[in-house]
Amino acid sequence: MTTTENDSKYDSDTRAVTLRVNGREVTRQVPTRQTLADFLRDDLDLVSVHLGCEHGVCGCCTVLLDGSSVRSCLMLAVQAVGHEVETVESLSADQNALHPIQEAFAEEQGLQCGFCTPAMVLRTKEILADGQERSDDEVRNEISGILCRCTGYQNIINAVQNAGRKLRCGGSGTCATGHPGGAVGTAAVAGAETDAVTDVERADGFDGPAGTTKEA
Amino acid sequence: MKPPKFMYCDPDSIEEAVALKSRYGHDSLVLAGGQSLMPMLNMRLANPEVLIDINRVTDLQQITRDGDVLEIGAGVRQSVLETDPAVAAAVPLLGLVVPYIGHIENRHRGTVGGSLAHADAAAELPCAAVTLDATIVVQGTAGRREVPARDFFEGFMTNCCAPDELVVAVRFPVTPAASGSAFVEHARRQGDFALASAAAVVSLDAQGNVASAAVGVGGISATPVRATAVQDALVGGPTATEAIAAAAAAIGDSVSAADDMHATGVYRRHLAVTVVKRAITAAVANAAAVERNGS
Repeated sequence: MTTTENDSKYDSDTRAVTLRVNGREVTRQVPTRQTLADFLRDDLDLVSVHLGCEHGVCGCCTVLLDGSSVRSCLMLAVQAVGHEVETVESLSADQNALHPIQEAFAEEQGLQCGFCTPAMVLRTKEILADGQERSDDEVRNEISGILCRCTGYQNIINAVQNAGRKLRCGGSGTCATGHPGGAVGTAAVAGAETDAVTDVERADGFDGPAGTTKEA
Repeated sequence: MKPPKFMYCDPDSIEEAVALKSRYGHDSLVLAGGQSLMPMLNMRLANPEVLIDINRVTDLQQITRDGDVLEIGAGVRQSVLETDPAVAAAVPLLGLVVPYIGHIENRHRGTVGGSLAHADAAAELPCAAVTLDATIVVQGTAGRREVPARDFFEGFMTNCCAPDELVVAVRFPVTPAASGSAFVEHARRQGDFALASAAAVVSLDAQGNVASAAVGVGGISATPVRATAVQDALVGGPTATEAIAAAAAAIGDSVSAADDMHATGVYRRHLAVTVVKRAITAAVANAAAVERNGS
């Protein structure tokens, strides 16, 4: 097989990609065959993206792409150009405080080894965005795309429900269910418009291999 | 567990995608949602010289209602079908079928055209396409052609596309308002491939007998099966439990799947009859509800 003249634009094995990750614009040169998961882990040091099976079964590499959960091992990094990617590192603007969802997972013992936890936390953020209460069965169904080999899931379900109560309270006293508020650190999640994740000095401040990182 | 080397092409028009497909033919694979192809690349089960990524072709991402036809672009994400009110109104079965495709994380990326082109006999959208008499629109260097879903699926993981062709859209006839749709799937676990699944669209006459029935079954042979014998047994007859059970029994002869690691052939036969019976029963109930509500 020989490539023809008009395909020369596709000849290169690497591409410059620009995308937004955790609220900041990132530009890197990447191999066209690199998965998004490897890009986030190896180039940006976002090692919360856990690689279990690398063929879309375990769900531990789940990230939010434009707010929707996707398996980052089943995407190429070049496919994320122009998109917004969110990993669990974005959840807490203040690195000394947990996000309410993370608090809930800690309180309910919704994690044991922690391998599936970043994915579970991101998925929880996604499903709780509607502000609705949910039954055990509903949560069980909604998290079924991510495998956990420790907890037996029940504590994760409790954590999701607890996180929902925390988020509905917004830390502002009491909610309709009489749940006491408080203990909610930074309930506001870093959105695309904020530059809440600007701790460039942090280890995961995208100080990976050569590239340019622009502040949003 | 990393993709092999390939020439990565990401055209932004159907024409360029077709040109690439015709130039590289069997040396190329089309990347749509990637939920089946990316695992194969990661495991090195697929090793294309050229990868043609069609995710930037916005012309493939449209849903249009054209009179009594709903046309869905090949690049439309499965999760969109799940939530789009226009889809739910025009072809209710689609909204019932899509939640069974993998998990939501797959459906956020997976596409309608990708699922059809992949032609997995246990997959939900191929079963729906065969049940609804959908037409699959294929484009190659010679132009567009429309293929009835029943002819599109040629065998195990095999569609009728020539090496220079790609799936660009699927056209579903709008389901008559006075009918009921249902989908029943049995898998070992939520999100797994179906051991057997059945889709049914039924309408009733003034006496409450079956006026029309379309029944499709997935997971029981190399391609999705249109259960014509079941339909023939139903139409004109009553909706009594015994009548539905008797009609559903006819699907047993269409089960060609042999024993595999998931189920024995005997179990699959039993399962096929059961899911068909349940799908018809649910579709009849939905049709009766529509009648009562006078819509």
